[in-house]
Amino acid sequence: MLLWQTSQTINFAQGEFVMLPAFFVLAAMKFGGLSFPMAMLAGFAVSLLVLGLLFKRLVVEPVIRHGVLPLVISTIALAILMKEGVKEFYAADAQPFPAAWATTNLQVAGMVVSVQNLVIIAVAALAVAALQYFLAGTRTGRSMQATAQNPALARVLGIPVGRMVLYTFLINAGLVALASFLVSPIYLAKFTNGETLGLVAFVAAIVGGFNQVRGAIAGGLLLGVVDNFVAAYLSAQYRAAIPLFLLIAVILLRPQGLLGRVEERTV
Amino acid sequence: MMKSFIAISLALGAAGASAQPTVNMPIVIELSGAGAVSGTNFRDGAVLAIEEINAKGGILKRKINAPQADTQSNPGISRAQVQKAIDGDPYVILGPVFSGSVKANMALAQQAEVPQIVGAEAAEITQAGNPYIFRTSFGQQMSMPKIANYLRDGLKARTVAVLWVNNDFGKGGRDTFVKEMAARNIKVVSDVSTESGQMDFAADVVKLKGANADAIFVYTNEEESARFLREARKQGIDKPLIGETTLLGQKVIDLAGPAANGARGHVGLSADAPVPAVLAFKEKFSKRFGYVPDHNGIKGYTGVYAVKYATEKIGRFDRKLLAKTLHGLTIKPEQEPGILMETTWDNNGDIDRISFLAEVVEGKQRIVQTLPKLGSGK
Amino acid sequence: MRPVLLFVGVALLIAAPFGLKPYGIYLLSLWAVMTIAAIGLNLTLGYAGQISLAQASFVGIGAYTAALLTTQGWPLGAAFALAALLCFVVGWLLGYPALRVAHHYLAFVTLSFATLVFLILRNEEWLTKGVYGISGIPRPALLGWSTKAPQDFYFFCLGVLALASIAAWWLLRSPWGRAFTALRENPIRASSLGIDTRRYTLMAFAIGSALGGVAGVLYAPLVQFIEPTAFTPGLSFNLLLMVIVGGAGRFFGPFLGAAVSVLLPEWLRFSEGLYLMLYAVFVMILLAFFPSGLLGLAERLRTSWPRSSKSAS
Repeated sequence: MLLWQTSQTINFAQGEFVMLPAFFVLAAMKFGGLSFPMAMLAGFAVSLLVLGLLFKRLVVEPVIRHGVLPLVISTIALAILMKEGVKEFYAADAQPFPAAWATTNLQVAGMVVSVQNLVIIAVAALAVAALQYFLAGTRTGRSMQATAQNPALARVLGIPVGRMVLYTFLINAGLVALASFLVSPIYLAKFTNGETLGLVAFVAAIVGGFNQVRGAIAGGLLLGVVDNFVAAYLSAQYRAAIPLFLLIAVILLRPQGLLGRVEERTV
Repeated sequence: MMKSFIAISLALGAAGASAQPTVNMPIVIELSGAGAVSGTNFRDGAVLAIEEINAKGGILKRKINAPQADTQSNPGISRAQVQKAIDGDPYVILGPVFSGSVKANMALAQQAEVPQIVGAEAAEITQAGNPYIFRTSFGQQMSMPKIANYLRDGLKARTVAVLWVNNDFGKGGRDTFVKEMAARNIKVVSDVSTESGQMDFAADVVKLKGANADAIFVYTNEEESARFLREARKQGIDKPLIGETTLLGQKVIDLAGPAANGARGHVGLSADAPVPAVLAFKEKFSKRFGYVPDHNGIKGYTGVYAVKYATEKIGRFDRKLLAKTLHGLTIKPEQEPGILMETTWDNNGDIDRISFLAEVVEGKQRIVQTLPKLGSGK
Repeated sequence: MRPVLLFVGVALLIAAPFGLKPYGIYLLSLWAVMTIAAIGLNLTLGYAGQISLAQASFVGIGAYTAALLTTQGWPLGAAFALAALLCFVVGWLLGYPALRVAHHYLAFVTLSFATLVFLILRNEEWLTKGVYGISGIPRPALLGWSTKAPQDFYFFCLGVLALASIAAWWLLRSPWGRAFTALRENPIRASSLGIDTRRYTLMAFAIGSALGGVAGVLYAPLVQFIEPTAFTPGLSFNLLLMVIVGGAGRFFGPFLGAAVSVLLPEWLRFSEGLYLMLYAVFVMILLAFFPSGLLGLAERLRTSWPRSSKSAS
């Protein structure tokens, strides 16, 4: 359910981006002596700053002018840096992460439903709805979409491209922080978490279609269902391969994603 | 490029070569990667013992020098690190904990005739006829029969589901366990393989629930155990969850929180054992390192003390003689308090001592029953 | 390149193991093995411009081929032949998606392939012994010369590295090599010049993969124990960074990159756990300012100081 973060740049460190905010919070509580809610706020702010602003300024901007391939490799290096940083400066073993809500189960019509899952679904749905509204319903959001599709044209139309790109990075940072706070209570906070998370997020985005919020959600959902289905009824030993084959199939057969449109050149 | 090669050659050649009266006991252990929790515990246990011994003047008046190397939980790197340790003229090598790493490097230590004190539990390690390998805990071929007996006699289970982690540790345990089940006519109705480092156990728990076995045997590494316990509780599994130390350890309890309550099984070693010496060790350890040790802490600690005792018994530093002496040796706490519990090594390097049946109650591991040494009847 | 430098380099490599302890020799051997794999990846990535995250899988296929054959009593030479052939064919097939997609999509396709290889190595226990791994891999004997001792085995690795380098050198000088480069620089122009882009793209993948397999065949008797987790994408990332750091598309790039990657932990021992972080930061800075790697940096330095360039040539 965390699979809805779309990323506009090719970022191999995306999984680590989800791993890190939980540690910002833990560090704020441990070293800053903050209470949990305060630490969450602080962690969110730091995430925006580091994973949004600094990532754009220090990593993406200097490298992107050399092309996409160096950027891909640079983000691989960034992933190593973040993992090792957490391991070295916080902890090598998994950390329990407090949940911001009850962890009890409800009995609904004979079925056991965990409050935790309900909260995650609710928050995720809310975030997606807000994002969708922002992108499609506001002037800034539409400007951002225009920028993503055709920066040169957007500039001609008088859209402040630089600022729009920055917004994109900040939104990405905000979403990963949110995702981090949602999944860490269940998955525990550990420096290697990013390896699994990043792959899943990426596959979801590609399967659903880049630059399509709805696509990413659908991709994430489909992936989750297929993954669990395979693990439960086919071969648990080969389950790790399934999302990737889904991915290959989509890339080869429908590169624009299941819900993505073929990019149109007209405006 | 060329200059750098000269630099490397110099750097590599300059290592070693100091003649102080110390004895080398390198610790080659998992400090990062999947085995980090176990490795750190083992390392800290060993360091605690070494500090104590050095404070009292060392072994035979020689202080212990214990350089540490990280295997990154990777057998290939562990081999390189053991090679490096051997180049430094070690008396014994402590570690590693991961069975795969031990298998990758034990031949090296054997060739160099260096005794190796490991934390690994895979059955085959001590069955390869290597006279220089010594365990610090039960091998799987010792612990699985005890669990199997508990399932048959304690729980009266007719069917069982198995959830295991698909690495050499989990696979080895699962294979041994399934064999023991067959010998006791308990049916394995569900056999679920999981990934090392897996985060989402939802599908696995669904599958286990569907199997509806009398008991569920969980054999994964600590962190995955904790994630599994949380998911199991979320989905409301009400069957007994049975495991080894990796399900009942303190780290699992810390990580899983209340979801760990009710888990039970067999622990070969436990920091919560109702043995005064073990409890005193736990307190010392917690004070020194700021966290509660698990069984790996005891492994490292007692491993060092076993070397100390055997060496003092010999009266000099002789690697071959040390290995020979440890075979068939029984160390009692009266003779060497650091051993904590009476321990015997057999001729394969396997270990025998008392073990426990335990249950997690209100966030604490509680010992329900103490099982005697296997060879105590002899 | 410059013959004098090359000669000094080779002389140093031959002299290096004398006076080194087994651990140092082990590292040098590992360097030789990784360099071969990186040369292969450099063909795919540096010369043909195709990103691949599956190089570790080919090393794995090679290593398992060697382990399975030599523990059955086959000579290592047979393993070299079979592994190279196998990886060539599989690499050729893996190249097909590269004809359709580019960049990060291709990265994920190769990553998927790598995951599949790992799962097969782990799950098909009847063949690969699964998670238990294969131990007791013998070191080869060559015309009566046993390479059991670390030093002898190092020279064996060095010999294979030399052969692989010469082969790659010859390949890049040949019309094929020039076709690879033309492909990377400008695919459209290349095809208009009559170069069969499809065939050369597949060829770049196949040859690069075969070299990965050769490296694997050496890796197995070097470590003498293999198990599936040694060949996860982590190693692929590592090889990729080697090529980039050394200088993608430069012949000596992989040599330098592998040296940095294998020996860096030793150089940066003082920093203890920090070395990987320093390495990562270093790679990021390098990419930001000198995307052509260390060799590119060296070239730039030489052109900006004409005096030193004269003395070096």
